[in-house]
Amino acid sequence: MSAPGILSFDVELALGGFSLRCAFHVEREVVVLFGASGAGKTSILESIAGFRRPERGRIEIGGRVLFDAASGAFVPVHLRRVGYLSQQPALFPHMTVGENIAYGLHDMASAEREVRVRAMMERFHIAALSGRKPGAISGGEQQRAALARAMVCEPEALLLDEPLSALDQRLKSVLLELLFDWQLERQVPMLYVTHDQQEAYSLARRLLVVECGQITADGDPRQVLDAPASREQAARAGFENLIEAEIEERHTELGTMTCHLRHDLRLETPLVEKRPGDVVTLALRAGDILVAIERPSGLSARNIVPGVVETVEDRAGMVELTVLCGSTTLKVHVTRGARQSLAIEAGRAVWLVIKTQSIRYLRG
Amino acid sequence: MTPLLLSLKLALVTSLVLLALGLPLAWWLAFTRFRLRFLAEAIVALPIVLPPTVLGFYLLVVLGSQGWLGQAWQRMTGHTLAFSFEGLVVGSVIYSLPFAVQPFTAALGGVDRRLLEASASLGAGAWRTFLRVTLPLALPGILTGVALSFAHTLGEFGVVLMLGGNIPGKTQTASIAIFDNVQMLDYATAGRQSLTLMAISFALLVLIYGLDRGRSWRLR
Repeated sequence: MSAPGILSFDVELALGGFSLRCAFHVEREVVVLFGASGAGKTSILESIAGFRRPERGRIEIGGRVLFDAASGAFVPVHLRRVGYLSQQPALFPHMTVGENIAYGLHDMASAEREVRVRAMMERFHIAALSGRKPGAISGGEQQRAALARAMVCEPEALLLDEPLSALDQRLKSVLLELLFDWQLERQVPMLYVTHDQQEAYSLARRLLVVECGQITADGDPRQVLDAPASREQAARAGFENLIEAEIEERHTELGTMTCHLRHDLRLETPLVEKRPGDVVTLALRAGDILVAIERPSGLSARNIVPGVVETVEDRAGMVELTVLCGSTTLKVHVTRGARQSLAIEAGRAVWLVIKTQSIRYLRG
Repeated sequence: MTPLLLSLKLALVTSLVLLALGLPLAWWLAFTRFRLRFLAEAIVALPIVLPPTVLGFYLLVVLGSQGWLGQAWQRMTGHTLAFSFEGLVVGSVIYSLPFAVQPFTAALGGVDRRLLEASASLGAGAWRTFLRVTLPLALPGILTGVALSFAHTLGEFGVVLMLGGNIPGKTQTASIAIFDNVQMLDYATAGRQSLTLMAISFALLVLIYGLDRGRSWRLR
């Protein structure tokens, strides 16, 4: 039915509280599955890997049927040739790193196995660890070994369930590069589950949003995440501010509109197909708002609104302010340094600068 | 055969039989999704709480020359199961069953399921996963089960008495011989035998706890 190499998934499956119903195809590409925990992302991977048997539907890789409810076909995990890796490396603790990586090549002549294992270890820069036990190497090295172990088997699809979320940023980018190089070379479908929006943006050209067991968006990550379909998805995509606004006037020639928020705050926003009087939900990232302590002039930004700082909360790596503008409270993120040099405290009068193009709409 | 040698032989045969029978049973208990599993667990644990006389009585009924198993055995071998070494083995296997199966089950069930899943997704079938992953990781617990059932069989008294009678050289184990010697007021022999039995049991328990210690040390 499907062309060689393509993963096709069309499944219904009961999860605690709701049922998952998803259908999608993955070509020889990397696709990110994005959504809150509990949305069903992991269950999708588990169905493909064979750890879970869906109630209805069909799963194929390259025309090979892995599961078909109609005919009762269910290929057991060990015959699926699907690589699976989760946040836990799950290395066998009683084997050395080298033995772990060779584990999946058991029906291969030992000379060839040796060559392959060595090549994969060199690729992942863990050749020196070959004789060590997993307990004696670092978390990053363990995850590298686990990736090498899955890849050396040359799976026909690779499923990654937040594989790098326990690692620091630097290690993460090194491993991602190794991962994508391999995918480019092997050209197999690769599904990457994450709930981290930064990852969702940067990893792939295609993103599927999973919410409550359904795929609610499919496409380019920027387009999908910048036009969130729901409040939940907007929050996940980092839109901390979701504000109801009424369209006051359309400026077709400028490509903008004027919206008012409870009559006491006006914003210039991008033009969409709505009429004056319609109510829209504006989505605005806290990090996209600039703070000034005097009224700035000579700026290209169209929205410069006065406000008063209500709360200041120091968080890991940044400071979150809530600023009351008219009767609307906006969340704003600034760096610690900015907060110090501007002496921002609760009660201080400030000006917020908001670019028109940084304002998005919640769909619907 | 001296009573002590007989005891050791009985313990050895029993723990080996329990290894062969208990491992599959423990495997099933550890991994089944059968809803009445708790019932099977209760049956396996029964010998812990039953008085040996009760167990011995039922075994005598079943294994004796009037019992169905006893008659079948007699037709096959020409002698009764009760009052024979084989009968003692059957009794001991049941008597020591929980001491083997419970540690086996804990050990098999204690192996991280993610490792079993990883093994499967790397192309290993159930048997290969068992041999290469489950068994090596569960080995300390399995050895504990074997040693415990060995030690427990060594100390068995009531079931042997009910089932085996007291035939010197054939079914008279060390614990029964001690009882006999005390009855005959031969405290010197009883004392020697008791000391030997205690030393062996203690050595076994030291081995078991040492194994357990070694395992937690290795994981750290």
